[in-house]
Amino acid sequence: MSDMASPVSSARQVSVRQDIVPRTFVRSQVSPDLPPPLAVGGVIGWMRDNLFSSVLTSSLTLLSIAFLIWALPDLVRWLFIDAIWSAPDGDACRAPGAGACWAYVNAKLEFFAYGSYPRDMVWRVDLTLLIGAGLAAWLLWPSAKHKAAALVLFLVVYPVIAFHLLHGLGPGLRATLSLLADLFGSKPLADVAANSLPVVGTNLWGGVFVSLLVATVGIVVSLPLGVLLALGRRSKAPVARFLCVMLIEIVRGVPLITVLFMANTMLPLFVPEQWSPDRLMRPLIGVALFASVYMAEVVRGGLQAVPKGQFEGAMALGMSWWAMMRLIILPQALTIVIPGVVNSFIALFKDTTLVAIVGIFDFLRAVDTARLDPVWAGPTISATGYVFAATFYFVFCFGMSRYSMMMERRLTRGRSH
Amino acid sequence: MTVQASPQPAAGLATDGLAIEIRDVHKWYGKFHVLKGVDLEVARGERIVICGPSGSGKSTLIRCINRLETHQRGRIVVNGIELTDDTKRIEEIRRDAGMVFQHFNLFPHLTVLENCTLSPIWTLRMPQKEAEARAMHFLERVRIPEQAHKYPLQLSGGQQQRVAIARALCMSPKVMLFDEPTSALDPEMVKEVLDTMVELAQEGMTMICVTHEMGFAREVADRVAFIDRGEIVEINTPEPFFSAPQHERTKLFLSQILR
Repeated sequence: MSDMASPVSSARQVSVRQDIVPRTFVRSQVSPDLPPPLAVGGVIGWMRDNLFSSVLTSSLTLLSIAFLIWALPDLVRWLFIDAIWSAPDGDACRAPGAGACWAYVNAKLEFFAYGSYPRDMVWRVDLTLLIGAGLAAWLLWPSAKHKAAALVLFLVVYPVIAFHLLHGLGPGLRATLSLLADLFGSKPLADVAANSLPVVGTNLWGGVFVSLLVATVGIVVSLPLGVLLALGRRSKAPVARFLCVMLIEIVRGVPLITVLFMANTMLPLFVPEQWSPDRLMRPLIGVALFASVYMAEVVRGGLQAVPKGQFEGAMALGMSWWAMMRLIILPQALTIVIPGVVNSFIALFKDTTLVAIVGIFDFLRAVDTARLDPVWAGPTISATGYVFAATFYFVFCFGMSRYSMMMERRLTRGRSH
Repeated sequence: MTVQASPQPAAGLATDGLAIEIRDVHKWYGKFHVLKGVDLEVARGERIVICGPSGSGKSTLIRCINRLETHQRGRIVVNGIELTDDTKRIEEIRRDAGMVFQHFNLFPHLTVLENCTLSPIWTLRMPQKEAEARAMHFLERVRIPEQAHKYPLQLSGGQQQRVAIARALCMSPKVMLFDEPTSALDPEMVKEVLDTMVELAQEGMTMICVTHEMGFAREVADRVAFIDRGEIVEINTPEPFFSAPQHERTKLFLSQILR
């Protein structure tokens, strides 16, 4: 390129620097790898890097240690050492110096779990939760087979089963069953038709299972609906885009409490009286809608983060818009937004506590009600109940968080170098 | 203004059916007139190399052929199908016209094999076994069958581009469009991609390549087109194009890129 490499200039260089004898060097073998110095690897290296890397981090480390020394012993004593683990009533817990009253939690466990659901029929709730947990595990287990079948079971079959288990057989189904029983002359079937699964109204539902129900419906509805809304918002069809933008902005622009009140009071106005949604159905719709519009915006962020080349690569192969979205764009967009999606799920899970204000007896409401029981009332009862509730919510949310991080690692494999 | 050296296909090639027919195509980006009445006919089996300075509209032109860009005037016919707004037709044309991009545009969440089988399975409704067999066939042709189960980003740039070529070939295209296939590659990887393209050309594939690889143009092109400011300035067979360019702008351009 320049004249630097020409013989003339190199000759000039040699003439200028005659003190240097021209030498050549050719390495004959590759240098061996040496182990890192102690300060890089090992415990000391780790501590130096993570705890004492500067004056600021060192002082923060010391401060944290001091805080733990100050707070931990009292906390441990209250939670475990001085705690009352078993007692027939609140007397032991009312004693001065008593810690957390786990005996009370133990005594109220059924109430926390099922609310006022008839005690002799809680097996129906247990069975529903068990089936749901099994299907969810099948769906969420990374290497499980036949996920499409699991999805159909979970989304189509399970809701029907769950409804009839929890709510009981409606008069229509009962009549059909007894008709069938008459037809076949089957005595057991007639028994089933007459007596099994009596109706338990949603006014008796409560506790953990209602919280899980609201959260599950919210999560299961919000993801697909959110994806559809996000696609609609990015669509080139003006009407679809306008409707999606309106729905998203309106629902997102009001507090969840307002959405719940509106669902509670306005939904019945829109439909004929005999189809008026159940009192639990209304907040379910409200929560699902609210979660969906947030999900839509999260997913839209992911759609926008997928490089244009991915769309072009798919289009150039002659793929249809739906195939491109389903096979190329959404898998990448959703992987990108896993943190945001899980953030929404966690927020939704905790927001389910708000359904209490439209009269739904969720887990937190059950805890709140149980602490007023005069048999147990005492100075530590409220704190114990709320610590228990907090632990419950934390375990679920932390579980979601860890699961999502695991999935994120799995899904991004091959995408990093 | 244009030197009409030969807008018709080069002699000796079958002209019974044109692979691509571009007639008076105009395109604007807002007020910017990118393509100003481009005419080009490509016969079946013909290899065209398009070169030109950046911003001249050469990529826009090749991207109009499979409707990654829309033209606003004129007509484009690919394998007898005219490009309109009809989605079905566009998809049909895209299935017949494989495209290789500057930045590969492989799907990073799918393995190399899945990249190659995805569209045959979903748009050609090919059974999975058959699609995989075909994908392996083309991966062998581009000499990377051993990478089939890796993810694209685990491969080098040259390997990725060869996967992209194999992926396009899996759709059995009648035409291959190359949009600066070697521009994003490290220098030592350019040759392996060009070799693959030369082999493809020798097998008689109809090809349109936007590239600055003039050695490639000399070796395989039937005609070389020079585009500047949205129009074809000069188009000719490689020998006269390089040794005796007619137009001043062509001469200037060639003097800038050939050392």
